[in-house]
Order: sequence, then C-alpha cells, then structure tokens
Amino acid sequence: MNMIEAIRDAHDVAMERDDDVVVFGEDAGYFGGVFRCTAGLQEKYGANRCFDSPIAESGIVGTGIGMAAYGLKPVIEIQFADYITPAYDQISQEAARMRYRSNGEFTCPIVIRTPTGGGIYGGQTHSQSPEAIFTHVCGLKVVIPSNPYDAKGLLLASIEDPDPVIFLEPKRLYNGPFEGYHDRALKGWKDHEDGKVPEGYYTVPLGKAKTVRAGKDVTVLCYGNMVHVCEAAQAESGVDAEIIDLRSLIPLDLEAIEASVKKTGRCVIVHEATKTSGFGGELMSLVQERCFYHLEAPIVRVTGWDTPYPHAQEWTYFPGPKRVGDALKKVVEAK
Amino acid sequence: MTGSKTSDRGFRVPQPPARPGEAPDFSNFDFGEPGKLPLLDAEAPVEAFEPFHDGLLRVLDMDGKAHGDWASMVSEEDLKEALTAMIRTRAFDQRMMRAQRQGKTSFYMQCLGEEAIAVGCALALRDGDMHFPTYRQQGILFVNGIDPEAMMNQIYSNKKDPLEGKQLPVLYSFKDNGFFTISGNLGTQWPQAVGWAMASAIKGDDKIAMAYIGDGATAEGDWHQGNLFASVYRAPVILSVVNNQWAISTTSAFAGADKNTFATRMASYGLPALRVDGNDIIAVIAATRLAAERARAGLGAVAIEFLTYRGGAHSTSDDPTKYRPKEELGSWPLGDPLDRLKQHMTVSGLMTDEEIAALEEAAEKEMREAENRAEEVGLVHAGEGADPAKMFEKVYEEMPGRLLEQKKEAGF
Repeated sequence: MNMIEAIRDAHDVAMERDDDVVVFGEDAGYFGGVFRCTAGLQEKYGANRCFDSPIAESGIVGTGIGMAAYGLKPVIEIQFADYITPAYDQISQEAARMRYRSNGEFTCPIVIRTPTGGGIYGGQTHSQSPEAIFTHVCGLKVVIPSNPYDAKGLLLASIEDPDPVIFLEPKRLYNGPFEGYHDRALKGWKDHEDGKVPEGYYTVPLGKAKTVRAGKDVTVLCYGNMVHVCEAAQAESGVDAEIIDLRSLIPLDLEAIEASVKKTGRCVIVHEATKTSGFGGELMSLVQERCFYHLEAPIVRVTGWDTPYPHAQEWTYFPGPKRVGDALKKVVEAK
Repeated sequence: MTGSKTSDRGFRVPQPPARPGEAPDFSNFDFGEPGKLPLLDAEAPVEAFEPFHDGLLRVLDMDGKAHGDWASMVSEEDLKEALTAMIRTRAFDQRMMRAQRQGKTSFYMQCLGEEAIAVGCALALRDGDMHFPTYRQQGILFVNGIDPEAMMNQIYSNKKDPLEGKQLPVLYSFKDNGFFTISGNLGTQWPQAVGWAMASAIKGDDKIAMAYIGDGATAEGDWHQGNLFASVYRAPVILSVVNNQWAISTTSAFAGADKNTFATRMASYGLPALRVDGNDIIAVIAATRLAAERARAGLGAVAIEFLTYRGGAHSTSDDPTKYRPKEELGSWPLGDPLDRLKQHMTVSGLMTDEEIAALEEAAEKEMREAENRAEEVGLVHAGEGADPAKMFEKVYEEMPGRLLEQKKEAGF
C-alpha cells in the first residue's frame, strides 16, 4: 500500500469496528478527498458516516467537538495544514481544554488529519509544517507518520485515543519515500519494507519512537519527510548515525531520545518547519537538560529557514540530504 | 440605532442612541402588539416564519394580561415553575453580587433582566437535551435541578468545587443537568451545539441541542459557520441569540443590529427564525417549545432572537454608568421579566401577592443557607482553595511523563 491507501484503510477498519466513528471534511465525502484518503468510505458506510462539509475550518472542528461531546469519534480532514489556522481557536481553546476545564465531565476524542510539509512546489500555503503551534498547546497530542505501515497503525491508535490528536500527514510521502532529490524518479512504496501494510486491525502506539537506523556516532532526531532525507544523508556522508523517527511529538518518547544521545554523545535535530520556536528548539532543550554531561559537541538543528515557504526556491528552502549530511559531519568532527 | 457619527467620506462609527447624561432613547424599536402574530404549527413551512423576522412575538402586555394563541402552549404549572426558577435565579445573583463585594470571590456575572430567557428555554427542553450556554444563562440550572451550593463552591474555587479550582468563577460545567462546559472564548459553543445535534441525528436519537450567544458575539466567525452548518445539515438544534443590546460597552450596532434583526440574519441562512420578547416568559416558553417540537420532529434547526436588555453591569469588573444612561434599565419598554410574570400571576388569579412573597422569602433563605454551607467549605481568597495537586490532572486522560515530572517539581 502507499500512504494514501494505508490511511484510507485505517478509516475503513476504524469505521467497521466502531459505529461511532464518523469522517468528514471538505471534499472528503462523495469525492473521497483531494488526496483520495477517504475514497469509497461514503459509498461503503453511507453519507451519515462520511460526508462533505462547507469550506469552513472552524465550523468543521467546532461541530466535530460537539459530536465528540455527544459521544461520537469524529475523524476530521483539513485539506491542507496551511488552512488549519481558522480552526485554531476551536483546536487550542476548546478541543485541547474540554477535559481540563470541565474537570473530566466532557472529553474530546477527535482526530484532525491534515496533509503537511513541503517538497511539492506547493508555495506558501501548501507546504507549511505547523506542528509547533500544536505541540505548544497543552491537552493536544501531535502525531506525524513517515511511512504507510506507521500511518495506518498510528491513525488507528489516534482514533482510539481518548484525547484530541492532530494527525499530520507528509503529503510528499503519500506516493513514495522521498529522500530530497527532486531530480530523481520517485521510487514508490511498493518495494519498501514499510509499504507492506497488514490487512485489518493493528496499532502503532503513540509516544513510541522508532529507531530507523542504529548507529554509534551521532543521534539524529527527525520525523515525517525528514526521516528519509536523514537516511540518505547518513548513507552519503558515511557517518554512523542513529536515526530516530519520533512518530509522535506529543507524547514524546523521551526514553528513546535520552538513551540514544547518552550512547552517541552527539545530536542533530532535523525538521522542515521554520527554525525559530520550532519543535527542534524544544527537542534541543530536552536533550540539553537530560544529556548535558554526555554531550561531546553542541547540538545542531537543520530546519527550514525563517521565511515563508517560497515557490521558486523550493530546494534552497527544503532541508535536503546535503545540508543534513554537512551537519552530521560537522557534529561528529566537533571536538 | 441612531446617532452614528460619519465623516465626509462616509466612514461611520456607530453610537448608541444615548450616552451618560442623556435621556434614554428606545424610539428606534418597533415592539408591535402582544397577541398579534399568528400561532405557528411545528410543521409550518419556513415562509410562515417571515412575519417573525422583524416583528416581535409577544404574549403578555405591560399590564400582565396574556393575549393571542401562543399563550395556549404554556400551562399554569409551567408558569409556577418559571416563577420559582426566576425568583431563585435573581436571589442567587443578588447573593453572589454581595459576596463579590465582600471579597469572597474575585468575579461574578449577573443576568439581571434576562432571567426569563434561560429559565423559559430550560422549561421547554427535556431531560437529555443539552444546553450550550454562555456565561449569562445560569437560569437553566435553577430549572434543571442543580444545588446552588455546587455553583457557589465553583464560584469560591474551594475544596468542593466540582471543577476543582481549574476554572474562573461562573464558567460552570454540569453535564448531568444538561449544561455544557462554559468557555471564556466567545461564540465557540455555537458550532459545538450544532455538532452535538448532528451527532444526535446521525445516531437516530431524539435529543436536541440548544445554543446561546449574545448580540456582540454574533460578530465572531463561529456564529456564521454554526448557522451555516445548522442549515446545511438540518441539525436538531435551537440557535438562540440573546440580544441584550450591549456587549460590555459597545452597542449592538457593532454587531450589525442596526441594519437587520438577528432573526432576519439567521433566516438568511435558510433557517426558520423567530424574534421574541425576551422579557415575556410566556412568549419565551412558547417559542422555544415550538422550536423544540420542530427540531425533534426532524425538521431541522430553528433560530430565535430574544430581545431583552442587560439590566446590570457586564460583570463585577464593569461600570456601565461610564457609557450608558443610568436610567436606561428603568426606561426599557419591555420592562422587567420577573415583575411582569408576577403581575401576570396575580392579575390572572394564579397566585396571590402573599404566595409570591413567600416564594421570594424561601429563595432568599435557600441562597443564604447555600452560601453559608459553601463558605464553610472555604473560599479561595481566604487561602482555602481547591487542592493544588489537582492542577495537573485531567489535561489528558492519563498524566503523561513530563507532567508527572512537573507535578513532582511543584512539590506534589
């Protein structure tokens, strides 16, 4: 399966298992989503379970919260993460706080799925990575898969989760792993180990990172698109890097991070999102707090630049294998 | 509203008809006559609601007499229950206003002059329905059976506060009483109510939701989106705008009320809409009951504008004499909802003055005793607040590791 099929399949499994799961969003019903992630669901489960919505993100999330308060498990689609901000009030002040402010009387078990990230010439409003505006909100969980196997398992776990989950899908990975070389042919998921997606129900737990490659010289913390970029950078640089795909940012697998950095003594953090106040800043602080006496070099961040995501300058902006490889070498060589 | 100031280029900043020192002026309203608008059937076509967009559904005249067919939707029992709940609501407000001045709580918001709306709506709904209130519908709780001590414990943020000190006073949550958790963020509950109703419809349930919003907050985007979703999906929800003419210091003209009524604007989404005298308990109950019947029958959402006047200050942190005439409340042509109901009860021979006085005395005693009990539990301002360790709980269903660490760091 590619990532789209895996996500579609996760919906299907969840809807089959639980009548309270409802799916909606702009073009998510009859048409099956602009990325086909909900294709066929309306036909199979009926328009009461999977339906189109008005183009109104706050209304989509606001009604979803009300449905969750009633007892349903809404799985909501926001067409692009760049367009989630009209719903930010409902997400940050309502969904995230429902349990806390009502002292547990009302809860909000919703999942908000949204395609994220760049590398597709999407320009300013089809490329952003807004995870940090959600990781900063207490009460939310933030998940970002990097392959079809995890996408299905994490989405099923998110739908079952009793708390609101922001589920970010790197659209650049929908059809295949992308290492950052736009001039090479797309490989597709067919021959990739993580493209083998089991039929039926399984979950990948939130809060558990995955060690993509074991290594001893430097720990690389990454997620989403950057997992594949980091793998390529490692291979090209020859640095014996330990690559960790965080998979969920909240909850965060601190144990895995801590164990790895204490072993390697060095750390590179990679994300597409802009640098200042990005999630990398938080990761850096945590590593500094917990692994200070094990560190042999300053922690380095490789991120998108502090600019809006440009169009023509896509590959100057996108943190590709060259930039990541240079950082790996620099950190390993640092005395 | 009149009195807008305009520049040469037509730029305008709306002004209320009267400012402090000026005579109150409500000449811009056309209140119509009680009993004139026809009774609607719950299954009436949406066009039948048109006379109610600019007109005003009224039953009681200003002498306490009921007029027209809408009165038939409200029983003597309803009125007795409404009177008791309105008296208790006002007694509670008075007690808590005093408590705030005595420093027992930092904050309170009364609903003076608007008691008929929340009480009437609560009477028209059933157990199992869900109200999505703002901070000015406490009257619902006096119909839906809450112990006022629980509200006071919340206001005092003490050790028996049902919200364990997490929430600002008056932002209650009473799920079992059909009262959705109140948020400080205006308008957010509007689409949430629609979503709750959509869920009920999706599950084939017969429960309905009722949304409330003030005139000022209709300017929020969530009002428009909620109206649209309610209309698009025919959600079994009642959408009620409580037009008390004031949003803190700003006139409802800033929410567009001088161009069209809120009922007209909601009707523009394709919703059947009623505009109702919010100080007329019979009209409130009758209109809401019709809306509830219609929503429950699967005929979709109904919008209601309740026209009223915010009798008190916006909150205990507000001083309305700085922006509106002191005499405005007394001059409001639709009067006081409680006085009007009391008058109706005596005029129609349902109750005597003595019986009403006994209810008022009982309510005062009830609130005094509830306050004593709550005060005995403690006041946050006297250092007797909710358990500080509770602060870390219920952010998530299970406390994550980093929060556990922070709890320990804080000394718990």
